[in-house]
Amino acid sequence: MSSPAVSPAAGAVILSASHISMRFGPVEVLADISVELRAGEVHALLGENGAGKSTLAKILAGVYKPVSGKLALLGNEISLSGPRDAAAKGIALIHQEPLTFPDLSVAENIFIGRQPTKAGRIDWAKMRQDAEKYLSALGVTLDVSAPVRGLSVADRQMIELASALSLDAKVLILDETTASLTPGEVKKLAAVLDRLKAEGKAIAFIGHRMEEIFSICDRISVLRDGLKVGETLRTETNVDAILRWMVGRDVHHLVERGEPNLGDVALDVSGLTRKPRFADISLSVKAGEIVGLAGLVGAGRTDVLRAIFGLDTVDSGMVTVTGTTLVHHDPARAMEAGVALVPEDRQQHGVLMPQSIWENGSLAIMPRLAKFGLVDDKTARQKSAEGTQRLAVKMRDDEQAIRELSGGNQQKVVIGKWLLTNPKVLLLDEPTRGIDVGAKAEVHRVIVELAQSGLAVLMVSSDLPEVLALSDRVLVMRGGQIVSTFDRKDATAEGIIAAASGATLAEVTA
Amino acid sequence: MITRIRSRFGPEIVAVVLLILAFGFSAFREPRFLDAEYLFDRSTLYMEAGILALSMTFVIIAGHIDLSVTSILALVGAICTTLVSKYGLPPAAMIIIAPVVGGALGALNGLLVSKGKLPSLVVTLATMALFRGVAQILLGDHSLPMPKELVGIHKIQLPGTYFHVPMVLLAILAVIAAGVLHRTVWGRWVTALGTNAEAARHAGIPTGKILIQLFTLSGVAAGIGSMLMLSRLGVARFDHARGLELDVITAVVLGGASIFGGRGTVFGTITALGLVGVVQTGMGVAGVKAEVQVAVIGLLLIVSVLFSNFTARKRGR
Repeated sequence: MSSPAVSPAAGAVILSASHISMRFGPVEVLADISVELRAGEVHALLGENGAGKSTLAKILAGVYKPVSGKLALLGNEISLSGPRDAAAKGIALIHQEPLTFPDLSVAENIFIGRQPTKAGRIDWAKMRQDAEKYLSALGVTLDVSAPVRGLSVADRQMIELASALSLDAKVLILDETTASLTPGEVKKLAAVLDRLKAEGKAIAFIGHRMEEIFSICDRISVLRDGLKVGETLRTETNVDAILRWMVGRDVHHLVERGEPNLGDVALDVSGLTRKPRFADISLSVKAGEIVGLAGLVGAGRTDVLRAIFGLDTVDSGMVTVTGTTLVHHDPARAMEAGVALVPEDRQQHGVLMPQSIWENGSLAIMPRLAKFGLVDDKTARQKSAEGTQRLAVKMRDDEQAIRELSGGNQQKVVIGKWLLTNPKVLLLDEPTRGIDVGAKAEVHRVIVELAQSGLAVLMVSSDLPEVLALSDRVLVMRGGQIVSTFDRKDATAEGIIAAASGATLAEVTA
Repeated sequence: MITRIRSRFGPEIVAVVLLILAFGFSAFREPRFLDAEYLFDRSTLYMEAGILALSMTFVIIAGHIDLSVTSILALVGAICTTLVSKYGLPPAAMIIIAPVVGGALGALNGLLVSKGKLPSLVVTLATMALFRGVAQILLGDHSLPMPKELVGIHKIQLPGTYFHVPMVLLAILAVIAAGVLHRTVWGRWVTALGTNAEAARHAGIPTGKILIQLFTLSGVAAGIGSMLMLSRLGVARFDHARGLELDVITAVVLGGASIFGGRGTVFGTITALGLVGVVQTGMGVAGVKAEVQVAVIGLLLIVSVLFSNFTARKRGR
């Protein structure tokens, strides 16, 4: 480890992944992807949320094992048993939120699990010295004896980088590393990456923001729906072409929205604030209207839905549902007023995995079915069947545990469960995440039908074609605020991305 | 159908089989096990544990635990007998006061778990010591007598049978508990809470309120258990039922309730309580020392938790 590594010639392929495919359960998330990481080059892996870029990064770093495909390091085929194995072989993953031990010192965090020892005891002096050496190689000054608690995300990422260097990493994989950094910190990170490039490291960079990608990266690969749609050198492309790759999918399979049939305002939110997640959110949705809530991950969209549904308390602001004002409410009160929420994380929040389909399907209306607090299983099953039939859930029988269903069918059970409560306002959080294309189209059809039947729909989605195809209006959130509103006729993918990432349209399309 | 029963009630079937085996073995070693009078007499000990186990079944299905029940039992006994002997409370009023005081102590657990967002393991470990300590402060090393008219409830039998009052009471409560768990909205909500608390909240289930109700219920059960124990032993002491929580939790988990929450049956709990009783009595008759008996129950608990863990993984938790 201590022998000075010979820098490989710039441009030499360090890590190559060929024909990688990956699936989670029945959902194929990556299909036949090949990428190469070269010495002295930053290779951007781009794509919308859910395109598969983070999955690819995790496969490169040994977190996931691909279903098929090969990895080769310096031309030799390798198989990674886990992130530790990858790190030992010289492949390091840098996280968006680095996993550090807050009460241990900077130096201990860098050498965690492999502290230098002398006669069986930790050699503190050497550890501090080495920690300083690697940090200064990054051009960073940190007090190596101070505990990590209180350090910024950017500083903790530097600790992860230093740790990678101390393991003589040849490949660095930065997974959305800039997502929680300030612009100033991003500039510093860019300078660090320049140093590492000069040393011949091969770097993969996963990100969203166009301006960063174009200032930091040398080569750009774009993923869409688990497929690689293109690879190019930065110097040979422009933002416009990349955006087209990212969003320019065939939109024919998307549902026809049709002319909306608008009624009175069903959901009215004014000045809703929950610091530091979001502030002063005002919006309204009419009966029969679909409003899309777009934005980057972390913009606060999910938090707004949670607050409207009463899962989180708010600092100030008001939620009114068809004239009923909800103050300091809980989900039960929101349900009573006619609000339903289909959550983003289906497995953790949407369904009770080990329970049966009918138990899940009837969960929300159980109190209404009960007489004197007693539930009759027969009625509950009948009611649940109404929901599952309306949404054409594919299942063997309703005694099956819901976890045996595909993601799309689980989602339909969840939507069906809420429809049984006769909601007036339907909140959807990433309604088609992790669902395959066919089921996605069906869920879209259901959403449009529900709106046509007079439901007010507020939909958070990171899937731009979905937002564009379904929404009558699009609100864009950034940094906890609504920064832009588009009517259906004015909404474009480029315009939404520009608003979400804080670039001007001219910058995005320059 | 048979596979469905096996997959739904697998752990309960295990408890039934073990109970039959343990009983058969004990009867083979000790013919007195076949004497109904002897058996019913020995069983009085387990009625108090049984009532605690009923409420514990709900708590564990909800994904929580209440270690403090036996301390609540002791403290309720201490408070009630003190009120009677020092403050002139009419003895009959104890029957009302005991569950109320127990419920109040349990509600304190519930508030700490629900509003304080603390793990129930820690909260009830603390109140287990706290309540037991207060009981000792009240009584010291002395015993306070149970009023004479309330002593000996376990000796009253249904005419013409060996069924004594505590057993009848437990049977009635068990039937009610099974109905509440499997047939009411509240019972379903408790199961949903234990399956996935966040998902339950997302379905509009008032999880915070349910937690407070659960621990209050646990305290009420301890209050009732306290009256039965005082009536049987004739005195209140600070160390009543100390360590009994081991038998109670073992019975619930051995009876098929998942220690991770989300599943369990009253039938399983009662069956496993019988198993714990037979194993302990069998060992007692065979002259096994008390400390060895405790160790065996500890082993039984480990095995049942392992099994619970195994089936939970099979269910995809």
